[in-house]
Amino acid sequence: MTEQALSPLPSGVGAGAGSRQKRVGSLATTDDTDWAALLVKVRDHQDRAAFAALFRHFAPRVKAFLMKSGAGAALAEECAQDVMATLWQKAHLFDPTRASVATWVYTIARNRRIDALRKARRAEPEELDWGPEPEPDQAEVMEAQQETERLGRALAALPAPQRTLIERAFYGDLSHSEIAAETGLPLGTIKSRIRLALEKLRHQMG
Amino acid sequence: MTTIRHHLSDQLLMAYAAGQLPEAFNLVVATHVSLCDECRARAGSFDAVGGTLLEEADEIAMGEDALAKALERIEGLAQATRSEPLKPAGIFPAPLADYIGGDLSAVRWRKVGGGVKQAILPTAKDASVRLLYIPAGTAVPDHGHRGMELTLVLQGAFADENDRFGRGDIEIADEEMEHTPVALAGEDCICLAATDAPLRFRGLIPRLAQPLLRI
Ligand SMILES: [Zn+2]
Repeated sequence: MTEQALSPLPSGVGAGAGSRQKRVGSLATTDDTDWAALLVKVRDHQDRAAFAALFRHFAPRVKAFLMKSGAGAALAEECAQDVMATLWQKAHLFDPTRASVATWVYTIARNRRIDALRKARRAEPEELDWGPEPEPDQAEVMEAQQETERLGRALAALPAPQRTLIERAFYGDLSHSEIAAETGLPLGTIKSRIRLALEKLRHQMG
Repeated sequence: MTTIRHHLSDQLLMAYAAGQLPEAFNLVVATHVSLCDECRARAGSFDAVGGTLLEEADEIAMGEDALAKALERIEGLAQATRSEPLKPAGIFPAPLADYIGGDLSAVRWRKVGGGVKQAILPTAKDASVRLLYIPAGTAVPDHGHRGMELTLVLQGAFADENDRFGRGDIEIADEEMEHTPVALAGEDCICLAATDAPLRFRGLIPRLAQPLLRI
């Protein structure tokens, strides 16, 4: 562990904080809102204003996602509430160098959906002991956080039938054997980034 | 740890990320990913696709008092303590140890003949998963598949006509595949096997015995 990990962070300093203008609390959220910085504030300072901003952006999306997956409006609303409460509760597991906030919220929503709609357990992989993250590398944070946007552009560029197939897979319209493995999306770069982080971690543990 | 040579397919990893696998398959995937950084990274890239779809989803407005309710709710959660992450137990990675409720000594084996033992784990009925214990040097009961079968090696190794599978390796078999895996000499072989259709045992185990296997 480095000395940095032991020194307390000044209040409000998180990944990317201060690097951009944020409009926390305003109704209009902009596309370049730094969601990771907000979630880090929730994680490190139980910041309610940051939570509210995350809620306004993600809760309606989670609700839409669940309704597209077959949930009724009331159930979707209730589950979206659960997902956002989980985001608050499990914020300590969020690491902005590993996944974008959207990806992280997605995994919570997916698990809630399995619970609510299929009433089945979902086994999760063993959690890795990432340990306390010293000053996260800002370049790594940027890279992880921009992934959603980059993939969004790639998704938009796909031919409509292919895009629809991916959507149907994630909204539960396809059985697992109908899911096509070839997405046409540039997933290799994301895989390599995560792989690298894992190697670094194993090296530290080794 | 030996190097894993046989991995999950993209199709399975994407279905896992999309949350569309039967519970029994989820367990095998999560157990392999616990042992395999390569598949953990690939699973993470498919999670990112889900994140992108969520981000791009049309918004559906929450109820008027939704935010107030949420803020009220987290008030009570503010002091929530961190839950202890699940731990591996012996040869079982954490997700499997969680299903079994302990290590190898907690498994309730049932003999199925020829020294082979199995333990069916409780899951949703759309697919089934069990632990198989195959004494070293013994042939795994020959079976034809209907549907898909995933076999993950946890201890020892087995080989079939085509390849060798050691700890962490996963074999994906489909309907067309007819094979005769044999547990290799050395340690007894323990596998986690999931299938989305009943198995038809032949060879070592008489066909009549099959209904007793509860697969
Ligand atoms: Zn693998």
